[in-house]
Amino acid sequence: MNRHLLSVDDLTADDVAVLFETAAEMHDVQSREVKKLPALRGRTVVNLFFEDSTRTRSSFEIAGKWLSADVVNVSAKGSSASKGESLRDTVLTVCAMGVDGLVVRHGASGAAHQVSGWVDAVVVNAGDGTHEHPTQALLDAYTLQRRLGSLAGRHVVIVGDLTHSRVFRSNVKCLALLGAEVTVVAPPTLMPSGVEAWSRDAGFATSYDLDEVLPKADAVMMLRVQRERMSGGFFPSAREYTVGYGLTRERLGLLRPGAPICHPGPMNRGLEIAADAADAAQSVVLDQVSAGVALRMSVLYHLLAGEGGAA
Amino acid sequence: MPATPPGAASDPLDAAIDAAIDAASAPESADGRTVLDARDVSRALTRISHEILERNKGAADLVLLGLQTRGVPLAQRIAEKIAAVEGHPVATGSLDVTMYRDDLRSHPTRGPQRTAIPASGIDGKVVVLVDDVLFSGRTVRAALDAVSDLGRPAAVRLAVLVDRGHRELPIRADHVGKNLPSARSERVGVRLAETDGVDEVRISGGGPA
Repeated sequence: MNRHLLSVDDLTADDVAVLFETAAEMHDVQSREVKKLPALRGRTVVNLFFEDSTRTRSSFEIAGKWLSADVVNVSAKGSSASKGESLRDTVLTVCAMGVDGLVVRHGASGAAHQVSGWVDAVVVNAGDGTHEHPTQALLDAYTLQRRLGSLAGRHVVIVGDLTHSRVFRSNVKCLALLGAEVTVVAPPTLMPSGVEAWSRDAGFATSYDLDEVLPKADAVMMLRVQRERMSGGFFPSAREYTVGYGLTRERLGLLRPGAPICHPGPMNRGLEIAADAADAAQSVVLDQVSAGVALRMSVLYHLLAGEGGAA
Repeated sequence: MPATPPGAASDPLDAAIDAAIDAASAPESADGRTVLDARDVSRALTRISHEILERNKGAADLVLLGLQTRGVPLAQRIAEKIAAVEGHPVATGSLDVTMYRDDLRSHPTRGPQRTAIPASGIDGKVVVLVDDVLFSGRTVRAALDAVSDLGRPAAVRLAVLVDRGHRELPIRADHVGKNLPSARSERVGVRLAETDGVDEVRISGGGPA
């Protein structure tokens, strides 16, 4: 396994298998009375978040704490970064305090990669711009694998705002690594430019017709419509998006019985996902959240516990 | 080749007797000597099972926790032997102590293996930890920490197939299949039918400690 986790490209299929096996053991810790393992005792992990996030940050925080690491949260709001300090100076300042692991979220694509070149600490990318969110992709795949058994040959449909989604970028790579067939569905305005060439290389299919694809899905992954990242009009109205690409109550009927419904959250209920779908028995949205802690424990353990871990 | 180089065993007389018995009963080969064969292993486990029952005055509230990897099948076998005597099954489980080791940082990261405790838990139970070899005692120290995270047993005991000495912590086993005085430089290898296709304990290596 690489020293850092910046992209799904850093992982082999074997690495993912090892991470999942460890995550399964970590999952059991959640049901224990004492939710604590001593593996990262004496290690310090800083969650350096330049973008707002509740679930990813708390997920990493809980994961680190359950492994007995000292976890510090630094949010850019109200910190020196908002006073004009450069990313490099902020990172070097934090690392000068003796940090072993840095979990970085930043609005700029490639930020985590940059940071990894400046510091001795192990760097985990917790989302960089519209580029990647590797732990989200891993926890999604892990959740689906627990539901479906193996992902090899399974058909996963990813629907929504692909242009602005780092989750989608990491997910197609991760699912391909595990042998799943992937079809991505989006309105033409939210399909990333150059997707044809990429889909040929990475081996996924594209479609603009959700109703046609949905009945063939073994699992469906809804993405959040990221209104905060949209500078222009990508679709005429929320209503129109829902009619074309929302997982509505009617579309729920097109899904195979029991086919898991994923959503990385936070959900825009009534926009990309109807309440009926979000709360359906086959919805694994909350499973994703608890799997997220187990999976991040596994990642932190493998990157930080052994002799290869940070100095 | 003597079983232990001079000065390596804590009790030279014990070591000499052991070596004589082993030399007479076991063939020597390039990769060491067999010190326990399948029948010896079975006899040792039968004796341990009876000792556990006697010490515990029956199998009530007993939980056998095998330490990963080879302690797990050993715990299963002891449980079967106890069940055969008592007429009802004994709760078993497996315990992985990877996360609790004090040398985590001096080795490449290893993925943890399965920890599974009986649904009834271990609170108030007599937990018998089962492992193949007792050496420095550090694995058992880690296991005690792991157990205390899982619950609060009434008592924790230790059963091992082989005790090879060289303790680094004040830990001793309650039930021992065979005391095997060894040099620190020697390797004691336990192979079991479940994991390796054959039951045997071999000692190899050695030379000046």
